[in-house]
Amino acid sequence: MQKEQKIRIRKHQVVLNRSAGGDGAIAFFLIIMGVFMFIPLYYVVIQSLKPLDELWMFPPKFIVQHPTMQNFGDLFNLLSDSWVPFSRYIFNTVFITFAGTFGNLFFSSIAAYALAKIPFPGRKPIFTTIQSSLMFTSTVTSIANFITLSALGLLDNPFAIIIPAWGSSMGLYLMKQFMESSISDDVLQSARLDGCSELKTFWSIAMPLVKPGWLTLIIYSFQGLWNTGSSIYLYSEQYKTLNYAISQITAGGIVRAGASAAASVIMMIVPILVFVISQSNIIETMASSGMKD
Amino acid sequence: MTDKELNQTVEARKITHREFQRVYPETINSISTEEANRKRVVARKDISLFQWTIREMKRYKIAYLMIAPFMFVFILFTLFPVLLSAILSLTSFNMLEMNWDMFIGLDNYTRLFFEDDIFLQACKNTLVFAAITGPVSYILSFVVAWFINELSPRIRAWVTLIFYAPSISGGAYTIWGYLFSDDSYGWVNGTLMDLGILDAPKLWFHDEKYAMTLCIVVALWMSLGTAFLSFIGGLQTIRKDIFEAAAVDGIKNRWQELWFITLPEMKNHLMFGAVMSITGAFGFGSVVTQLCGFPSVNYSCHTIMHCLEDYGSQRWEVGYASSIAVVLFLIMIGANMLVKKLLSKVGR
Repeated sequence: MQKEQKIRIRKHQVVLNRSAGGDGAIAFFLIIMGVFMFIPLYYVVIQSLKPLDELWMFPPKFIVQHPTMQNFGDLFNLLSDSWVPFSRYIFNTVFITFAGTFGNLFFSSIAAYALAKIPFPGRKPIFTTIQSSLMFTSTVTSIANFITLSALGLLDNPFAIIIPAWGSSMGLYLMKQFMESSISDDVLQSARLDGCSELKTFWSIAMPLVKPGWLTLIIYSFQGLWNTGSSIYLYSEQYKTLNYAISQITAGGIVRAGASAAASVIMMIVPILVFVISQSNIIETMASSGMKD
Repeated sequence: MTDKELNQTVEARKITHREFQRVYPETINSISTEEANRKRVVARKDISLFQWTIREMKRYKIAYLMIAPFMFVFILFTLFPVLLSAILSLTSFNMLEMNWDMFIGLDNYTRLFFEDDIFLQACKNTLVFAAITGPVSYILSFVVAWFINELSPRIRAWVTLIFYAPSISGGAYTIWGYLFSDDSYGWVNGTLMDLGILDAPKLWFHDEKYAMTLCIVVALWMSLGTAFLSFIGGLQTIRKDIFEAAAVDGIKNRWQELWFITLPEMKNHLMFGAVMSITGAFGFGSVVTQLCGFPSVNYSCHTIMHCLEDYGSQRWEVGYASSIAVVLFLIMIGANMLVKKLLSKVGR
């Protein structure tokens, strides 16, 4: 005889196999973890709003008594004293981010479509190679890439950052998995029978169906490129990025605590906002991110 | 002639497709997709595998065109570097001297493992660091994703944001340097001194005793990244009726449910998450540099990534640096294989 199942009702919903004690313990764990995750971020924001006397108060406070935007003003003053105009750093970062992201989106999507939906010989080994390359961190490849880039004459050129981003295996991997699970072969087959070329099928049938995939890819590429800092590939001041300019200010040490916190806020607010807007799409894409063997 | 009759005829006479076409030319236009596929299968057997491959390659040549731009960049900047590193690691190539007479066999590796004390220290640090942050961040990602899976969508979105934000907030981790700063204005020192626990400020990130532990804490703080999102997405694809069926079949609590249903259902995501966690655990050099300085006090936080940076982009001893890169690469492959082996035991 089987024991009778314990059934609990949670907000008009029958819940199986869930004890109230367990729910409580989980809630407790989540709250502790959440506070741990949140405090440093909160402290960055607080720090950036503190006027000078509060930054150097003993003991340090977790609240700000007289919030001020002065640190942001200081940051822009400091940046405008730099060797090249501040707008140049912004332009460099925006250019690298956009060119890298769009190239990555286009090349990865078109390759992902071919790998996911066209049964050409050799696609399995190709995809397996790409999949295993997800492990190669840029640390491993950076030295050899320096040599390659210098041989190609791309050193000290924004394209030294942009072009490698076009071949990012992460974007292709997510896109391919998503296309495989969310586009039915019948739709494509009927388009082909109607005389659509492969390219047309890709562009006007497949691409509109994988919008969440685009967004995810854009965000991944964006996050990576937006945070491009000092790089051994770029050494002239006129090609340096926003992140580099800001890290120079932070390197000014403790006296720049307020300005550097303001810089951190600016650098983190953009990716976080982008994530907030696109979260549901990213999760949808991630649902198919599983790695089959 | 109806489909049924047609099938019977084919079965009865066991004719090949070509014969079939010759006998019934009028059916070719009305052939359905399935039959077209069947036709391909029959045709596949008529010719050798090589001829077949060539034919298919011609047929799908557009596909090669479509993957070409990506593959070109991918091979040039991801695969080729690994090969190039392996070759360079056998040489004494140095960017500053540009000497070309340089093949030295395995000398770089013997130097690494028998002469370079700092590298051995870095190896130890890296392994300790990765052995803690990798598994802990992996388990944490899964556990948190699993716990928040049952929250209502709106709350879940907020909780996801809080947990995921540190990993995308760029340089915000430098705030740890201020929280644990060396003077009494750092929050931790300030609070502890105010409470009378400490007499003098501690050097946290610049003290051998604490630096490594603190770096691990920061690494974990930032570690709920791609793997975490992948788990959240994956958990939502598991069908609810499986759990109901399992409850009927005698699953008694959420832990059994986790082990017998959720984990096996999530296998593919677990594999992907593992790869992401390994990459994260071995790619953490720049954060340590920012927080502890380079080199860190008495090399207490010196990792293989730092050795690589030191020899690769400061001393330009590319040959030697390449051998470090190869070692790091092999360690990562080893970790990946280990994880694969462990994951094959899930749900048994």
